[in-house]
Amino acid sequence: MPTDSLPHQPTEPAAPARAVRELDYAGTERLTMNMGPQHPSAHGVFRAVLTLEGETVVGVDAVLGYLHRCHEKLSETLTYVQYPSIASKTDYVAAMTSELAYVMAAERIGAIEIPKRAQYLRVLVAELQRIASHCLWLGTWCMDMGGALGGGATIFLYCIRERELILDLFESLVGARLLYGFHQIGGVRYDVPEGWAAECRRTMDIIESRLAEYEAMLENNDFFLMRTQGVGVISREVAETVGISGPLLRGSGIAYDLRRAYPYSSYEDFTFTVPTHDGCDCFARYRVRMAEFRESIKIVRQVVAGLPEGPISSRPGVKSVVQVRIPKGETYARVEGPRGEVGCYLIADGTPKPYRMKWRGASFSNLAVLPHIIPGHKVADVVAIMGSVDPVFGEVDR
Amino acid sequence: MSSPMTDTGARALVQQHFGLAAEGTGQALVVTLPVDQWTAFGGFARETLGCGFFSFLTVIDWKDAGLEVLAYVENLDAPFTVMMRTRLGPGSSTCPSLVSVYRGANWMEREAYDMFGVVFDGHPDLRRILLPDDWQGHPLLKSYAVDTPYPPYR
Amino acid sequence: MMALPPIAVAAIAGFILLNGIVGVVTYVTLLERKFAARMQSRIGPYRVGPHGLLQPIADAVKLMLKEDLIPRAADRTVFNLAPVVFLIPCLLIFASMPFAPGLGVADLNIGVLFFLAVSSMEIVGLFMAGWGSNNKYALISAMRAVNQIISYDLPFLFAAMVPVLLAGSMKMSDIAAAQHGLWFVFYPVIGQLAFLAFVVASVAAENRVPFDILEAESELVAGFRVEYSGMKFALIQLGEYAHVLGTSFLTALLFLGAWSGPGPAWLGPVWFLLKAMAIFLLLTWVRWSFVRIRVDQILAISWKMLLPLTLLLVVATAVVVVWRP
Repeated sequence: MPTDSLPHQPTEPAAPARAVRELDYAGTERLTMNMGPQHPSAHGVFRAVLTLEGETVVGVDAVLGYLHRCHEKLSETLTYVQYPSIASKTDYVAAMTSELAYVMAAERIGAIEIPKRAQYLRVLVAELQRIASHCLWLGTWCMDMGGALGGGATIFLYCIRERELILDLFESLVGARLLYGFHQIGGVRYDVPEGWAAECRRTMDIIESRLAEYEAMLENNDFFLMRTQGVGVISREVAETVGISGPLLRGSGIAYDLRRAYPYSSYEDFTFTVPTHDGCDCFARYRVRMAEFRESIKIVRQVVAGLPEGPISSRPGVKSVVQVRIPKGETYARVEGPRGEVGCYLIADGTPKPYRMKWRGASFSNLAVLPHIIPGHKVADVVAIMGSVDPVFGEVDR
Repeated sequence: MSSPMTDTGARALVQQHFGLAAEGTGQALVVTLPVDQWTAFGGFARETLGCGFFSFLTVIDWKDAGLEVLAYVENLDAPFTVMMRTRLGPGSSTCPSLVSVYRGANWMEREAYDMFGVVFDGHPDLRRILLPDDWQGHPLLKSYAVDTPYPPYR
Repeated sequence: MMALPPIAVAAIAGFILLNGIVGVVTYVTLLERKFAARMQSRIGPYRVGPHGLLQPIADAVKLMLKEDLIPRAADRTVFNLAPVVFLIPCLLIFASMPFAPGLGVADLNIGVLFFLAVSSMEIVGLFMAGWGSNNKYALISAMRAVNQIISYDLPFLFAAMVPVLLAGSMKMSDIAAAQHGLWFVFYPVIGQLAFLAFVVASVAAENRVPFDILEAESELVAGFRVEYSGMKFALIQLGEYAHVLGTSFLTALLFLGAWSGPGPAWLGPVWFLLKAMAIFLLLTWVRWSFVRIRVDQILAISWKMLLPLTLLLVVATAVVVVWRP
């Protein structure tokens, strides 16, 4: 039985906001500082109660739940047709992958066939979503490290400009920019309109050309390297036992990608590599995500070139009010989202509504690594590490 | 290690050490355990089966049949997955903790406590994680009303 | 014409200069915003007045009309005095700066020393602001500021000593005059190195990105001035930008030949202003391109890199001065 000593979890309750504490600058007195929930770099609503000794963080107590909407209870009250649009609100930055997890779980229990065209479209939007999500990640991470009024804001605006191109593609495809409702049980809801494929190709070319610019701007900059190399090292053992996934896992040298290990939705038809980096620090995770940009662009190009003809759903279309009854059964379906493994554990009982649904949020498990790696770093590193973990609190709190 | 672990090898080992036949097909093993062997099996899965990756832990409320705790761990190299399940029995809501085996169980068990009221023996810091500390009740239990009169705002 | 007593002349000159500086500083903020916007592929202030030219006026009026909040647990005297104590040195530095030969409030014999000494006094006001706010974020920021400004004032001073040594005088007009033949920035090796060291040290001493850890907006949310609102906040902003502008003028004077430039002599102050603006835009360009670095890294750069470099430069300059024909 492993007897690893877990880092000290502060057992005292979080100090109230206006506690006055005697400060003795011999450097030994511990200061409790609250970061969030209203905070420019909290990536959403997140409260970290930091225990500081001078500038060094010695303890982190993460307080979550500011965005808790109890999706799991909600799903028991909504039908399989109603819920996919709500599913996008868990990981709202990567809504396509969240919906996919739920829909795949229901289809797997019901043994529902998905037409090939629908599968390819699902891959297409998932990869486009990955690019858009990573754009937002890069922009917000640099903004956190550089300040909203500093150099970080420049990269943020450039990345948002790129993300806008992809959101425009989604808008012409689905009608929505952020939360889609694109997936449904049996396939997808919308088909690509006229001229969309050409626009998509053009967008991929633009984004690929600008990626080199961002990499040059950041990696040739010693300040950026100073802030990210050696910071936030997640060892392989911590990575596995905490259960982090996605770029965090691959940035610690573990080459595990759900699209390769357990291929879903025709991912086996496409050629792409799984980028991994052995650094285990923030810079490694940055390199993994930058490489993932390029891999996703590659996949999008392959999908657009090889999109087969056929129906987009094995069930009636958008305006159908036919309920889906999934027979008794349970399954755990997961997708490789931009943040990691997004999973949906679904128990169906033959009615149009699920019996129990559990969201395995990638960001919830990713965030759980913070108390294990932050102690020992400086306050400024907390921001850099949080950005490289890239949490989305819809997924953390559900 | 003489040969890398496979899912068939894992099934054989589970049968050998715990006398249980793992259900599930192919790479997805499902093992239903008695409660007292929960932590032991967790350690076994990590050490012997090579399932170092902790995915999630959750609880299901089977109404009259009681609660069931479920943990999902994976072997990333093989790859195969092991779903550990244990029924707590009607009326019972205590379960041993997996925190000593997997670090990720910490927050997952706190969420299970928060949502279902399951108390995990051996958890270092069992308190609510998603709901405020003074919330009454455990929302994901089937006995908890969907439209509760409890005000969500403060 | 009736001869005014010299004190009246100085007072009037000071009054005109002060108002001029405040006016220029407010429009410098607009310049920075437009410049930054263009770098980020957007336009910047555009609607208030033609091309946003009335934006600074609108901002000033807004800040004047805002409610003046004082936290209940704040140390009132310290809290209220801090912006003033911060602003005064930032404006006082302009007193020692000539804008053309003979055109200045007080062209002191120890001009450069006065400038550097007074500009580092802003730290008193800064720490008062951080302490008086009774806020952990403000306090941490003030502590970082003390660390940083003290660490960078030394390389700042030593880098400024290079032109002083080359000119042989601390009087600013003498330094400007000594650059008639060759601007000090073009002086082989030591001129360029001193210029670089001076710019880096001045960026740090002004708490600009990449050295703005003390206001690290994404961590400390405005740092030492987090509790200030309304006119007090405006005073602090004014002080900061006045300091940046003053240092840009000093850089232009020490290294870029101050008012020398083609054309008639009355064009001198215009050239001076343009050079100072060029330095300011260089600082803005740097600000909007880099991420910030941690406080321990900032201090490491100062003590382990800049200070030895500038000390060596001073020694090298001294050798050059003794040995040159």
